[in-house]
Amino acid sequence: MKRRHFVKRTALGSLAGLLGAEIVFGANMPDNYDLLGLQDPDPFKLFGKDKEMLVLNSKPWNMEAMAHLLDDKVTPNPYIFVRNNGKVPEDIDEKEWTITFDGESVKEKKTFTLEELKSKFKHYTYQLTLECGGNGRKEFDPPAKGNQWDIGAVYCANWTGVRLGDVLDYVGIKSDAVYIGYHAIDKHLSGDPTKEPISRGVPISKAYMEETLLAFQMNGEDIPLVHGFPLRLVCGGWPASTSGKWVNRISVRNKVHDGEKMTGSSYKVPCHPVAAGEEVKDENMCIIESMPVKSLITYPKSGAQLAKGKKLNIRGHAWAGELEVSKVYYSIDFGVTWSECTLEKPANRLAWQRFKASIDFPKAGYYEVWARAVDANGESQPMLVPGWNPKGYLNNACHRIAVKIV
Amino acid sequence: MKRQENFKNQVRSIYKVLVVSLIMVFLIGILGIIYMVSPSSFSFKSDRPDTKMITVTEEEDDWDKVENGVHLRTGLKEADGLMAVVNNCTNCHSAQLVIQNRMSRERWVETIRWMQETQNLWDLGNNEEVILDYLVTNYPLLKKGRRENLTDIEWYTLNE
Repeated sequence: MKRRHFVKRTALGSLAGLLGAEIVFGANMPDNYDLLGLQDPDPFKLFGKDKEMLVLNSKPWNMEAMAHLLDDKVTPNPYIFVRNNGKVPEDIDEKEWTITFDGESVKEKKTFTLEELKSKFKHYTYQLTLECGGNGRKEFDPPAKGNQWDIGAVYCANWTGVRLGDVLDYVGIKSDAVYIGYHAIDKHLSGDPTKEPISRGVPISKAYMEETLLAFQMNGEDIPLVHGFPLRLVCGGWPASTSGKWVNRISVRNKVHDGEKMTGSSYKVPCHPVAAGEEVKDENMCIIESMPVKSLITYPKSGAQLAKGKKLNIRGHAWAGELEVSKVYYSIDFGVTWSECTLEKPANRLAWQRFKASIDFPKAGYYEVWARAVDANGESQPMLVPGWNPKGYLNNACHRIAVKIV
Repeated sequence: MKRQENFKNQVRSIYKVLVVSLIMVFLIGILGIIYMVSPSSFSFKSDRPDTKMITVTEEEDDWDKVENGVHLRTGLKEADGLMAVVNNCTNCHSAQLVIQNRMSRERWVETIRWMQETQNLWDLGNNEEVILDYLVTNYPLLKKGRRENLTDIEWYTLNE
């Protein structure tokens, strides 16, 4: 018996090293107790996430925020959604990391170490909105296949890195280049080493945008592992799947990149509107580029009760893919009347914008506060779930919170 | 001559090392026996909390335990076909992905074909029908319409 304790103490010591934390009261642990770190790891600890984050899937890891968790202007890591297509890599050695530029349309294949990338090119920091293409999927009827995201697969963090365009210029690309595609080190769920979980990309024009970065820092620190340490391609305003994590290769293509999740119906919507539930052939599906206008009420949390005569101060964020948001309105009567919110300018292009309003309620009762943003082209968020599509992308319907005046 | 002398010296030093090692092994052995017989002899702290023995009776079916109609390990509903789903559909992804998706039989078939063509899912054989029956019976399509009501509102008093 005691010998087992000795063994357990030793094992606990090495386990503590593995988990990066001391196992407090480990000596008092019952013998048959299995540590989470060994069995089913605690994703909140593993990824440094807030306890209120919702786990949609544990294999692969997918987690999303609730609206009230996204109140910060610059989203801190605990509230950043986690979207994985494959297994999160382990044992990354930053010093050994390289990134290779290849493909039909590079003049010459080139490889950089992370250090070379950092020292050769100028650094830039931008606050960039990243939203999952499938954010809001759970509202589609008939339902669309995949993780049933509600509203929390969006955030806006600061990213620091080098401009992809600067690196492409240094590498030298041919005039027939039309697309770039990223490749990364994450492994396919089936364990098949010949399969990539995801390898998406963007057209050359997006690759050359000033804000498109090969980033090595998020919010002023090393990128958290689950968000792409040590190097991530960041394409603000586009489906977050174009922002490849753990990137070690960029292929410059003379055609639209045909990597995993670029073909079939992945991250595509019908080129022409279809009826709900209609079958759409792959060739009639078009790749999603800029994300549509959208907003979230991040304060107060839904379910607020306040006394009659009190003002309710609401705030939130609005974003519109490649565009700026020009107006945000709120309604407390299901869209019968709309009032304008005050709206701040974005910190930089592709960053979300803070809106605020102070609301008076005419009498006691149940209300919903709805927010509706309008982009620079005059396109508005719909109050209803927008056009149905087979994979359930681009639901930018208005967000609303419940309020009771008592 | 000199070589012989060298050789003797080497043998002598090896002999010394051997003797010392043997003594060490012997001592460690004795310490080990003492530890096994009376482990507390090595405990220098007297304030260490007593470790109680807890007997946990492991049930044989623990791994696939079902409680209140739910398969604990996966969260899937207990019904005909449960184990076929557990064994064929939770190897690559979690059961949470199955549970959160509501599809018609046709769409599930399409999804299975897609997984077989692109994600290395094997031929399900006779289990395919069993799995499909399980999914459409236990996780049927729900009508949501164009916009659902807000539900599960947790009311709280807001003091500003």
